[in-house]
Amino acid sequence: MDYAIIVALEMIRAVAWLVLLAAGLAIIFGMMRVINFAHGEFLMLGGYTVVVSTGAGVNEWVAILLLAPLVVGIFGVVVERLVIRQLYGRMLDSLLATWGLSMLMIGGVTLIFGNTVQGVATPFGGVRIGSYQMPVYNFVLIFFAAAILLAVWAVLKFTRAGLIARATMQNPNMAETLGIRTGWVYMATFGIGSAVTGLAGGLLAPVTGVVPAMGASLVGQSFITVITGGAAVITGTLSSATILGSISQATTFWAGPVYGDAALLVVALILLRILPQGITGRIFKRAL
Amino acid sequence: MAITRRHFMRTTGAAAALSLASPMIARAAADTIKVGGLHDLSGALDLVGIPMNQVFQMAIKEINEAGGLLGKQVEGVVYDPQSNMSLYSQYATQMALKDRVAVVMGGITSASRETIRPIFHKFKTPYFYNTQYEGGVCDRNEITIGTTPAQTVARIIPYAMNLYGKKVYTVAADYNYGHITSAWIKRFVEEQGGEVIATEFFPLDVAQFGSTISKIQAAKPDFVCSAMVGSSHLGFYRQWAAAGMKEQIPMISTVLGAGGNDQIVLTAAEGNGILSSFGYFEAVDNPANKAFLERVKAEYPTNTPIMSEISECTYEGMMIWADAVREAGSIERDAVLEVIAQGKTYDLPAGKVKIDPKTHHAIRDVYIAELKDQTFAIRESYPESQPADTQMVCDLIADPGANKHYEISL
Repeated sequence: MDYAIIVALEMIRAVAWLVLLAAGLAIIFGMMRVINFAHGEFLMLGGYTVVVSTGAGVNEWVAILLLAPLVVGIFGVVVERLVIRQLYGRMLDSLLATWGLSMLMIGGVTLIFGNTVQGVATPFGGVRIGSYQMPVYNFVLIFFAAAILLAVWAVLKFTRAGLIARATMQNPNMAETLGIRTGWVYMATFGIGSAVTGLAGGLLAPVTGVVPAMGASLVGQSFITVITGGAAVITGTLSSATILGSISQATTFWAGPVYGDAALLVVALILLRILPQGITGRIFKRAL
Repeated sequence: MAITRRHFMRTTGAAAALSLASPMIARAAADTIKVGGLHDLSGALDLVGIPMNQVFQMAIKEINEAGGLLGKQVEGVVYDPQSNMSLYSQYATQMALKDRVAVVMGGITSASRETIRPIFHKFKTPYFYNTQYEGGVCDRNEITIGTTPAQTVARIIPYAMNLYGKKVYTVAADYNYGHITSAWIKRFVEEQGGEVIATEFFPLDVAQFGSTISKIQAAKPDFVCSAMVGSSHLGFYRQWAAAGMKEQIPMISTVLGAGGNDQIVLTAAEGNGILSSFGYFEAVDNPANKAFLERVKAEYPTNTPIMSEISECTYEGMMIWADAVREAGSIERDAVLEVIAQGKTYDLPAGKVKIDPKTHHAIRDVYIAELKDQTFAIRESYPESQPADTQMVCDLIADPGANKHYEISL
């Protein structure tokens, strides 16, 4: 019984992990059709913000919840103004440009902090469930994954800014005609997407080692989740993270991590064969 | 101008002839002895390669301050293969043919070693491989200084089983190092009458270990043996501690302390109590090591590199080679190798080291240490540990022409 609870919790945490990795990317891709290839490095930047600021004596939670999203968000706005803005509607060019940006970021961070592993300890201890123990921090990850999705949903659904963003997303030309400065909307969207990514990077820092090249191992999962989910930011991310996360985690329990990794790829492959536009390309079409 | 094949052949042929001829000229004029250092100074492995190169440079300086060799100064020739195998082979060839170095220190992964070892064998350039590895190289031209599993895993497994019990759970990185090491772990555990209840492999990008940590709890082993590698896998120790498992199931590692800075990245609470086994730890207590660490500190006062087996062995390699050159009175390969293979005992920072004439691997002191407040404290030492794994497959006295890396079947 307690083992079943543990397995279930681990599966939920795996889903939360994918949601965290993918949310920022989904916002940017879903709203702007821009593929940010430097997404992994944005996560890395969030991680470094936490490592560096806690090293300087900042409270760990302030670093994770405030500084990481702030730093990466501002960085995102700068990148949008300097690079992305020039390349709207040119998906391949923006892909190349952000790829270059990712290399630049890896090089820059290596230059400043060195190619050494850094990290912060995981806050909180373990919690006992039957005869098993798991880190309390797992619940923190699950909570923030849910909170991010909920917040994005609420903003898009209930606020004027959300309305404008949705209008721009659906028909940029019409929105522009009606007096909305779509350029500003894009800039804000990119900034918010980056901030969410920074928050995710900050949250991941205490469970893994932070190195300049860490993005490479995270970017794959992020992209697979977003592409499998399709265009709808919330429904897409949530549905694909749920399917991919639970299946790969169940496989990990059953057959080991190598097969868990493989299962994630196989499931994504099958889903994309059946639903080339992603899950929300056919199902939940009108969802957010 | 169109480039015809004939034109191309003529110009590149001339260039090739020139570049082949020039080292001869350079060599005739040489009044220094060149030694090659081939360590990854950038790319994925620079974390390990940079301290190795720092120690390499320091050793050259030390040799020169002591008057050089054969009345000449020693000059380092350093290339950065950037953790890239094609650059390894390019630079190895360049060192052997163009720079005409007297000896080469370097190579980190087994892949890089197997890329450059045949090159140095072919061009008769003595080669020192200073990294701990899986064992099995049989090549008279290569002096292997680092430890092999028969020296380390064979010690720590019985030690831990004695301390904790006979049921072992292995977690390992999913590439040849992890697979070979876990095979050795299984063998040594079974030799001691124990049982490996499960072995799990993790691709290097896996960073979530919750399911494994739960499975380990379900399996209730007496201890966990980790051969996890890299920054993502560091999360395993972190999540293990966060789940409160540290107080419940002890852990040993075949990797922690191998060359990176893992021990200072993990907090004391996360790392304390993990056992590890290598041929060198900074805590080794002898005068040579004390002087060695002071010299490292003096040479690199800021960002002093942490010394581990892999960097200390680079120093050993240089010192053993320099001693052999002095005794042989020559830098000729055969003369130097002959002196080294006499089985002379050297007093080095890691303790007593000598080269086994049968395998050209080091017979050396091996230590078991416990991670305590981010440094390793030595718990046990094993003098004169033999590279028994390589000795099973290799006899250079019987077959001096051997040039092979055996996969030791278990």
